[in-house]
This record gives sequence, structure tokens and C-alpha cells, in this order.
Amino acid sequence: MSASTGALGAPAGGLVPAEPPNPIVDAIAAQRRRQTQRFRLIFVVTWLIAIGSLLGSLMVAGKIDFAFISEWGPYILGGVTTTIFVAVCSISIAILFAVMGALGRLSGNPVLYAIATLYVSMVRGTPLLVQILFIYLALPQVIPGISGVPQVALGIFALAFNYGAYMTETFRAGIQAVPRGQTEAAQALGMPGRTRMLRIILPQAIRIVTPAIGNEFISMIKDSSLVSVIAVPELLWRAQRVGQSNFRTLETLLIAAAIYWALTIVLSIIQDRLEKRMAESDRRI
Amino acid sequence: MTTTKTADPFADVHDPFAAPGALTPAGASPIVRALAIEKYFGSNHVLRGCTLEVYPSETICIIGRSGSGKSTLLRCLNFLEEPTAGAVEIDGLRVEADPLHSRGKAHRESIRQIRMRAQMVFQEFNLFPHKKVIDNLIEAPVRVKGVNRDQAIATAEKFLAKVGLSEKRDEYPARLSGGQKQRVAIARALTMEPRVLLFDEPTSALDPELVGEVLKVMADLAHEGSTMLVVTHEMQFAKEAADRVYYIDQGLFLEVGPPDQVIDHPQDAGTAKFLSRLLGPSGSRPVKPLPVTGPVVLPGHGEVGHIEQRDHL
Repeated sequence: MSASTGALGAPAGGLVPAEPPNPIVDAIAAQRRRQTQRFRLIFVVTWLIAIGSLLGSLMVAGKIDFAFISEWGPYILGGVTTTIFVAVCSISIAILFAVMGALGRLSGNPVLYAIATLYVSMVRGTPLLVQILFIYLALPQVIPGISGVPQVALGIFALAFNYGAYMTETFRAGIQAVPRGQTEAAQALGMPGRTRMLRIILPQAIRIVTPAIGNEFISMIKDSSLVSVIAVPELLWRAQRVGQSNFRTLETLLIAAAIYWALTIVLSIIQDRLEKRMAESDRRI
Repeated sequence: MTTTKTADPFADVHDPFAAPGALTPAGASPIVRALAIEKYFGSNHVLRGCTLEVYPSETICIIGRSGSGKSTLLRCLNFLEEPTAGAVEIDGLRVEADPLHSRGKAHRESIRQIRMRAQMVFQEFNLFPHKKVIDNLIEAPVRVKGVNRDQAIATAEKFLAKVGLSEKRDEYPARLSGGQKQRVAIARALTMEPRVLLFDEPTSALDPELVGEVLKVMADLAHEGSTMLVVTHEMQFAKEAADRVYYIDQGLFLEVGPPDQVIDHPQDAGTAKFLSRLLGPSGSRPVKPLPVTGPVVLPGHGEVGHIEQRDHL
């Protein structure tokens, strides 16, 4: 008994006898590391050269007024809060639209299915800019009460309405990706349809679509610039206001573009981290 | 005496083989009745009039090759598949097939009642991956039966202990082995305090070395007097725990009887052929024996594990 236990009962790795370390293993790893570091270095240098020469040539041509930038830069940068506020509000409301849209698209009720399909088709078939202008300019002619609503609320609604339609299909796919056995298990436990959806299916579907929501949010940051046309004082609106009144649109648009770019890079990094952490917790869950 | 309106269309439908089992209380009548169940998938006639009656505390095994309709029959019993014709009766509640859904909401509600009386254990476990073990167990009692949360937790812990997994209370299902998952699934079914447990090939998705721990729990339940309907390929389990074995082929019961008769001395040629393939020509079975409490020893590997003493069973 003790002999057989010894063969298998030894702690981790006990089955295979220990070997002396082979130096080639370390050499291969070291070479890999060097190659990776070199790749990264060249990557960063190439970026710096490309961006530097673009900015440099503009500077040499004397087109950039740095005094103007340092004077008005902070004002434009202040628009970031509004941009993020608009994007966060819009994506949150868009998720609600998307969940309802997805439930409609999966519904056995022909009226709900028709409404959800109409919503998706209508929104995806028209440009976002047209939708924003329609809600701000045309809708108040039909519903006078809207003219009293602040622009920022109308802008958020327009973005949410638009993104909700696109995300409807994402959520529909997410709900359908929850294995059939989950529905059956919930049914077998006697759960009525609503409990089943809210407690079992949707929580799993949301986990499935979370990476997609991240991508939509990054797009939303950029698309939120469209609400500048209805005078929501976000990043682009501020840049345009300052640039046009001072005839300095090169500087102001450069600033705005740089800020959007920086925002998306930061958000991509955050999203990357979140996804990695979720992948880890999926291994746990 | 009966008017045409109240005449029971299934009055003459009986399972000729049904008889109270060893553990059935005296005088009890069948608690589960599948009455002339038919099922079509499209034009494919999968179940061709299956009638089966189960007395309280009986364990019934349904065997048959894949595609014979055995899982479909089990799924018809809790309406995961809607029977095309026939009726299901569990503990006095009868639901007749309504393939055209002419009865609407009331029909759906009686199906839900049937499901709560007949809890199913699935081949693929189907635990809720986003919930901890304990939350898997209390979800339905709290949300469906309206049991108070603390009481549901106490019940859940009792059944977790019963399947020997108390220490996994706060784990997520992904952290469990297949055998542990299935034991949690059994505990989840038990928390609904069903009249009958339906097992749909509960060990078919398990690695061979994990089958024993699940069969052990099932055998204990059977010996304690749970009413169970088990679709399985585990003939050793059938022999040890079943009161009756039903052999199904092409949607019909071809042979029914006590396990030693159906499994060891099948009368029907089809049954004999099926069993000989499953058991080997000599009748000696390649299926793993049920492990008892104690060390698990594999040839050539020595002791690979230990089945713990569960003295509360």
C-alpha cells in the first residue's frame, strides 16, 4: 500500500523525476525578451519621429501660435467633462434601449417584434447627424414641450436612441449565446418567464456583451462630438467656438483631435485591463 | 354516473407492469403517471404511446439505445418537451397534452406546477455559472416558492451536506469537478422538495472516475425512499437501485420488469442485443462498480482518491 501511495501520492510533480536545469532554456527566454524589447523600442521611436515631424513642419512653417494654445487650451480641455458626461449618460440609456430592443427582437409577440425591428431599421437606415438635428430642430415643431428641454438632454437622447439600435443586435446575439440548458434548468425549477430572463439569462448575456459595450463606449466618445451642432458645450463645440472667433481653427482642431485621441487611448487601455480581469474571473466563474 | 363532459379519456389507461415497490407505503397509489404519451418531432414519431406509472418511493430506470426516445419521454414528463398527445399526472395534478396551445395561461401555470413537483437533473448539469453554489440552490426556492431567504439557506445547506459538498458552499460552479457539479445539481433539485426526481443520463457527461460519486448519491436517495425516474446506461446502478426497468425502443416500451429479469434475462430479442452490446457478450459488465466509502484504488496507480465518510446519510 505504502509503495503504491508513494508513486502517486507524492506532491505535485512527484510522478516525473527532477532534472538538472538546461541552460538553453534560459538562453531562449533571454533572446525572446531582447527581441520584444527591441520591437517596442523601434515602435515608440517611429511614433515619436512621425508625430514630431508632422508638428515640426507646422511649427517651422510658422503656422502654430503657441501663445494662443496656452491661452485657450485649458478652456477647450474643460469640454472633456461634458464629453465624458454625455458619453456615459448616452451609453447607459443606450443599454436600456438595447435590452428592450433585443427582448422585442426575440419576442414571440408580433407587435413587440415589429416595433423592435422598426426601431432598429429606422435608426440604422438614417445618419446620426440627421437624427440629432431632427430631434433638436424638427421635433419641437410637432411636440412644442421639447423646446424647453436643455440641448444636452436632447443630445444624450439622440445618441442613446441611435446607439441603442446598434446595440440591440449585440444584445440579441448575447442573449442567444447563453446556452439553451440554462433556460431549461430555469424552466425545470419552475421559474416563470420574467424571472428566468431577469435572474438567469440577462446577467449571463451582459457578461457576454461587456467587451462589445466597451467598444461602443469608445465610439460614443468620438460620436458625441456630433452634438456640438446643437450647441452642447462639449469638447468640439468649445474648440470650434474659440477657433472660429479667433480665426485659429488649425490650433483648436488640433487640440480637440489630440484630446479625443488621448481619451480613446486611455479608454482602450482600461478596457484591455477590464477584459483581462474578466477573462480571469471567467476562469473562476 | 359520469357525464360525457367529465368522462376521463384516460380512465382505461394503465401501466400493466406497475406495482408498489419495496419501499412504497402500504395502500399508496401511483404518484407519477405518464398516460399514453405520444410525441412527434415534425413528422418523426418519437414516442408512440408510452404509459408508465410510478408508486411513491420507487426508483424506475429507463434504458434504451440513443434515439430510442428515453430522454424525450423524461422531458415530456415535466413538459420541457410538450407531448403531442397523452397526459402527465404527478401527485394528483394532471396536465393533458395541448399541442395547439388552446388553453393559454392556465395551461402554462399547470405546467409550472408539474415542473415544481418533478425536478430534473440534467446530463450537462446546467448549474447557473454566474451564481455561487449556495445561490444556485436558493434561487428557485426564494424566487419561485417564496421561501424566506434564511430558511432557504438552511435547507440548501442541509442538502449540500447530504451530497457531501458543504465546503463548496461559496464556490462558483466553474471551480467544481463534473461529479461535484452534478451533486450540486442534485442538491438544487432537492431544495425544491419535489415529489419525484427525474434524472436525464446524469453520469453520461462525466469522466469515468467521477461517475461513482454521483451514482453513490443517487443510490442513497433511492434507498432512502425518494421517488426517482432515471434514464441511464449504468446497468449496475439499475440492478442495485431500481424497482423496475423499462426498456424503450423506437418510442415503445418493449420490455418491463424487475432489473434482474430485464437486464440479466431479457425476453425480448432487441433488449438482449442492446444489453449484450452494453454489458459485453458474457454478461460481465465493463461499467464501473459503485465505490464504497474508503480509498479509491486504480490498477497501476495505487490510491488515487478517497470517498469520504458521510455519516449523516
